[in-house]
Amino acid sequence: MNAALILIALSVVLALGLGLAARRGHAMKLEEWTVGSRGFGTVFVFILLAGETYTTFTFLGASGWAYGLGAPAYYILAYGTIGYVLAYFVLPPVWRFARERRLISQPDFFAAKYNSPALGVLVAVVGIVALIPYLVLQFTGLAVIVQTASYGAIPKSVAVIIGAVVVSLYVVVSGIRGSAWTSAVKDVLIIIVAIALGLYLPFHYQGGITPMFAALDHAKPGFLSFAPTGKSVAWFLSTVILTALGFFMWPHSFSACFTAKNENVFRKNAIVLPIYQLVLLFIFFVGFSAVLVVPGLKGAATNMALLKISVASFPPWIVGVIGGTGVLTALVPGSLILLTAATLLARNLVGMVRPGRVSEESVVRLAKILVPVVAFVGAYCAIAGSATIVALLLMGYAFVTQLFPAMIMSLLARNPVTKEGAITGIALGVLAVIYFTLTNTTVATLWPHGPEVLRDINIGTFALILNVIGVCVVSALTAPGRGALARGAAE
Amino acid sequence: MKHIGYLAIVPILGLLLGPVIHNSSTPFILGMPFLLGWMVIWVVLVSVAMAVIYALDPARVTTDPEHPRR
Repeated sequence: MNAALILIALSVVLALGLGLAARRGHAMKLEEWTVGSRGFGTVFVFILLAGETYTTFTFLGASGWAYGLGAPAYYILAYGTIGYVLAYFVLPPVWRFARERRLISQPDFFAAKYNSPALGVLVAVVGIVALIPYLVLQFTGLAVIVQTASYGAIPKSVAVIIGAVVVSLYVVVSGIRGSAWTSAVKDVLIIIVAIALGLYLPFHYQGGITPMFAALDHAKPGFLSFAPTGKSVAWFLSTVILTALGFFMWPHSFSACFTAKNENVFRKNAIVLPIYQLVLLFIFFVGFSAVLVVPGLKGAATNMALLKISVASFPPWIVGVIGGTGVLTALVPGSLILLTAATLLARNLVGMVRPGRVSEESVVRLAKILVPVVAFVGAYCAIAGSATIVALLLMGYAFVTQLFPAMIMSLLARNPVTKEGAITGIALGVLAVIYFTLTNTTVATLWPHGPEVLRDINIGTFALILNVIGVCVVSALTAPGRGALARGAAE
Repeated sequence: MKHIGYLAIVPILGLLLGPVIHNSSTPFILGMPFLLGWMVIWVVLVSVAMAVIYALDPARVTTDPEHPRR
């Protein structure tokens, strides 16, 4: 048993201990379990929202993108920042409405705003389909981290199963408080690890940050700016805008906002979170440094850049700290995803079979039974593993973005969008995403001779445009009193 | 200051327009390649803009639990 293994095991025990301890003094009723009885102050909400920024996807993915693609990685910095600005304006009214109606999930919000249980079911299905691959990805990241940082001593399947058990345990016992508490430790650790690695590696190998970039710019001209085609400036702009719109539309981020005890929590967080995101810079530095130190990783293996350079540079105990931090970046978001997926299933799907006649107690009971079930579905997919998971995740992102138009319009005092319009828009957008993903459609294939600028635009943009067209047309047709298909003015 | 929220558009445009105006790694800013340094500056300016908006936002005053409806 080496030092790395001991430290990784410690981080798992720490997560479990904290996650379980978070329950103390709170009876786990539905509103407590899912949204902490709406009692979280600025710091706790900050931790929950910021925690979403630093997942395994950023830990391994941001360094991997910097390593494999260069400048396109910057989009990660840009979309989060814009997402937080949107949050300043959008989340307070969302939160106010959720508190008035005692809502606990994203489908609740849509169903209540549009007075349509059917829309709630649709949003729940979209949410669950988007969340499962996200969970699988966290588990896959966990497996890669543990396997590498334990120098191969722990096989992937064992790592995933231990991870799934630990997360299930503290989610069932402590609900969202467990996520918040473990998230606090995770963020402290990742800031220390990111800054330490991001400064040490460039200084050690290349003599500083600027010399590193100078050497990289010399070795790979064009790597540090956007390519003329492919991942071009048009790709950057469209991807940043799309993902920024989708940022708070993830079901677990959306309902995490319900935990706030007042709406100024979001406004204060919008000031701090952009700067807090700059920790990503140091993760980029790690990826850029690795290009020159451990070259040759291709495709999915670029996600290994951070771990590879760490193993090559440090003694086992430091690798253990990095590995332990990596494990927490998987477990914490994993727990929030798990909690949300189980709640959506129990409340917004099963609960809808007999609407209004399922008690809150039975929803909680069912959700808690579903937590380990969902966890093991995720664990199974992670172990069975395939490249399609990444494709599924990208699809998930495009899915949740389709919820944005109906959400933002519902905040207007006089919403012109009808429930039929909202359902049509979301359904059209989601179907378009599925079609584009499965057929590998890009703008370039749809319009081979189109202008260069348009060819690189993120295909998700077109799904969103179809969505908006669907919303407009159907809302006009079904508008109460005026529309051709309206069911009378009494609507 | 009801319309102070529009101030947020400025740094967002700044952030996004960098690669449109000058898609290059040079000159280095803050010791980093042009695009990265540019974005770091604008991310910080987003935070500054949000702080200004918060300070002048009438919605904050009316909903602040410690200073109810002045």
